Amino acid sequence: MSKALLYDSTVCIGCKQCEQACAEQNKLPYDDAVAAQDFQSERKLTVVLTREDKFMRRLCMNCQEPSCASVCPVGALQKTALGPVTYDPSKCMGCRYCMVACPFSVPKYEWGKVIPKVQKCTMCPDRVSQGKPTACAEICPTGATKFGERDDLIAEARQRIRDNPGKYVNHIYGLEEVGGTSVLLLSAVPFETFGYRTNLSKDPLPMLTYRVLSRIPDFVPLGGMMLGGIWWITHRREEVARAEGKQSEGDNKNGRKS
Amino acid sequence: MKSPGELTMVKPFRLTFWKVVFFFLMAAGLYATFIRFTKGLGASTNLSDQFPWGIWISFDVLCGVMLAAGGFTLTAAVHIFNIKRMHSIIRPTILTAFLGYALVCMALMYDLGKPYNIWHPLIMRNPHSVMFEVAYCVMLYTTVLALEFSPIVLERFGLERPLKVVKTILIPLVITGVILSTLHQSSLGTLYLIVPEKLHPFWYSPLLPVFFFLSAIAVGLAMTIFESSLSSRHFGLQLELPVLQELGRALVVVLGIYAILRFEDLVHRGVLRLTVQPGYEMYLFWLEISLAIILPLALLLQSRVRSSPTGLYWSAVLVVLGFITNRMNVSITGFEGSTGVRYFPKWSELAVTGMIIAAGFALFGLAVKYLPIFPREHVMEEPQTEPELVPVVSPLPENAGD
Repeated sequence: MSKALLYDSTVCIGCKQCEQACAEQNKLPYDDAVAAQDFQSERKLTVVLTREDKFMRRLCMNCQEPSCASVCPVGALQKTALGPVTYDPSKCMGCRYCMVACPFSVPKYEWGKVIPKVQKCTMCPDRVSQGKPTACAEICPTGATKFGERDDLIAEARQRIRDNPGKYVNHIYGLEEVGGTSVLLLSAVPFETFGYRTNLSKDPLPMLTYRVLSRIPDFVPLGGMMLGGIWWITHRREEVARAEGKQSEGDNKNGRKS
Repeated sequence: MKSPGELTMVKPFRLTFWKVVFFFLMAAGLYATFIRFTKGLGASTNLSDQFPWGIWISFDVLCGVMLAAGGFTLTAAVHIFNIKRMHSIIRPTILTAFLGYALVCMALMYDLGKPYNIWHPLIMRNPHSVMFEVAYCVMLYTTVLALEFSPIVLERFGLERPLKVVKTILIPLVITGVILSTLHQSSLGTLYLIVPEKLHPFWYSPLLPVFFFLSAIAVGLAMTIFESSLSSRHFGLQLELPVLQELGRALVVVLGIYAILRFEDLVHRGVLRLTVQPGYEMYLFWLEISLAIILPLALLLQSRVRSSPTGLYWSAVLVVLGFITNRMNVSITGFEGSTGVRYFPKWSELAVTGMIIAAGFALFGLAVKYLPIFPREHVMEEPQTEPELVPVVSPLPENAGD
C-alpha cells in the first residue's frame, strides 16, 4: 500500500545526481554553489553528505505519523495514504511550529522572502500518485536510492543485512524511529556520524500532545459545571445570609467596600 | 497623597523625559516594522532554520499571555468565588488582560510568515494541533475579554440597554473565560510536549501544561499586585492594601504547590543531579528558580513582608521576572543545547517588542484618562489632572527598569 524509499549508503557513489534531479523536480536552482552546500536548506531539499569515504543522504523522512502534519494548525502539511507528506503553501500561515516539532529538523523556511513558505522534500507526490518513482530514485545510477512498497523494502533491507554480515550497522533507520518513516536507511557506519538522532522514541510523537488535547471535550462541560456550581453555592450562601436578616453582622463585612 | 501643587511642579519634567523615551521606542519600533514587512523575517530577525522561534514567540506571545493571566484569575475570584473585597481592582485587571491579549495578537502579526492568513484556523481545522487549539482559545478569549471590558465603555457613554445585556450574560461569560484561559494557558506548555529529544531535561516534562497553568495563576496574582501598586502611585489612588495582602497570601499557596510539583518532577525524571553540574543551562535554571520560587517564597513567608506595600510589590516583581525567565528558558535556553545554536534577538526584534510594551503602557494610561477604570471616589486629583497633565505615558518608568 504505502510507498517508501530505501537508501543503501554502501551502494552510493556520491555523484549527487539525486540532488540535481530533486532541484529540477521542485523547480529550484542548482549550480556548483548549491552542490557544495553540505546541509539541507530552503533551496536544497536533499543532500548527500560525505564523511571520509562514506556517503549518506539526508532528506525528509516522510514519517508514518508525522509531527509536522500533527502540529500544523491549518492542515497545510498532510500525510497521504501513498506515503508522501505534502505541503500546501496557500493554507500555511507561517507559524513555523512544524520546524520546531520535526524530530529530524527537516522543514526549512524562506527567511529571505517577504512572503515565505516552508520548503521540504515531499517525496514527489505528483510522480508517486502516477505510479512513478521519486525523481531521486529514478535518476540514481547505482540503485542506492530505491523506490517501492514499504513492506517489500523492509524485507529487502533485512535480507541485505542478513546476507552481508559485518557490512552494515545492524539497524534499519526509519523502521521504528518515531513510529516508522517512509524513508529507510542502511549504513556501514553509525548513523550519528551523519547527524541522525538515535535516541528517538519508537512511539509516534504526536501522541504526546494528543493525549493532552483529547481530554478537552471532557474538560469543557465538567469545568463549566464545576465553576457554575461554585458560583451557585457562593451566591446562594449570600442570599441565605441576607434572608436571615441582620442577625449575623459579621457577614456584612464581606460586602463591597466602597 | 500628593497635593496638586506638587504635581504641577514635578510632572512636566518627568513627562517630558518619558515622552522622549516613548517616542524613541515608537520610532525604533516603526522602523523595525518597516524592515519586517518590506524585507521579510530574515532581514528583521536572528531567526534561522535551527531556531525558528525567537523573542516574538518567547516574550511577546508566551510571556504576554502569561502576564495577562490576572484577568481570568481575578474574574474567577470575584464573580465565581464571590470574594467581593477584590471587586475594587477588577476593572484595571480586566483592562490589563484585554490590552495584553490585543498586543499578543499584534505581535503575532509580526511573527507569522504570512500574517494575512491568520484567520485560516477558522476554516481549516486540525484538532490534533495544539497550535490550532491555542489559536481558537486566544481568539475566543480575546472576544470574551472585550465583552468583559465593554461595560466600562458602555457606562462611559451611558448606553443603558447594551450594558444590561452584557450584565445579564456576565456569569456565563466569566465561566467561559476561565475555561478558555485554563485551556490555552496550559496549552502553551503542551506545545512543547512534542519535542522530548530537543528540549533540555530541566524544562521538558510531561507536566509542562500543569506548570504553565499554575505559573499563569501565580503571575496573574503577582501582576495584579504589581499593577495596583503602580497605579496607586501614578494615578494618586488609595492603595487597596488589604486586597493586595490577600493576593499575597494566595500567591504563597500557588508558589508552594508549584515548587513542590516542580522539584518532585525533577526527582522523578532523575534530573536532579544535573542541577548541580555547572553549565549554561544550570545557571539559567537556578536564576529562574531563585527569582520565581526561592526569593519570593522567602519574602512572602514573613508576615512582615506580606503586610507591607513595598514587600508585596518587590515579591510580585520577583515572581513576574522569575516566570518570564521560565518562559524564555523553555522556549530559548532549552533548545540551544540540542540545536547547537545560540540565539540572541536582533535589534529590530527588540525594537518591535519595546514598541509593543510602550504601546501597552500608553493605552493603559489613555484608558484610565478617558474611561471609568478606577472607582471615582478613589481618584484623588481627578479635577487637577484634566489639562494635559494626565500621565499618559508616565507609567513607563517602572517598566523600563524591569
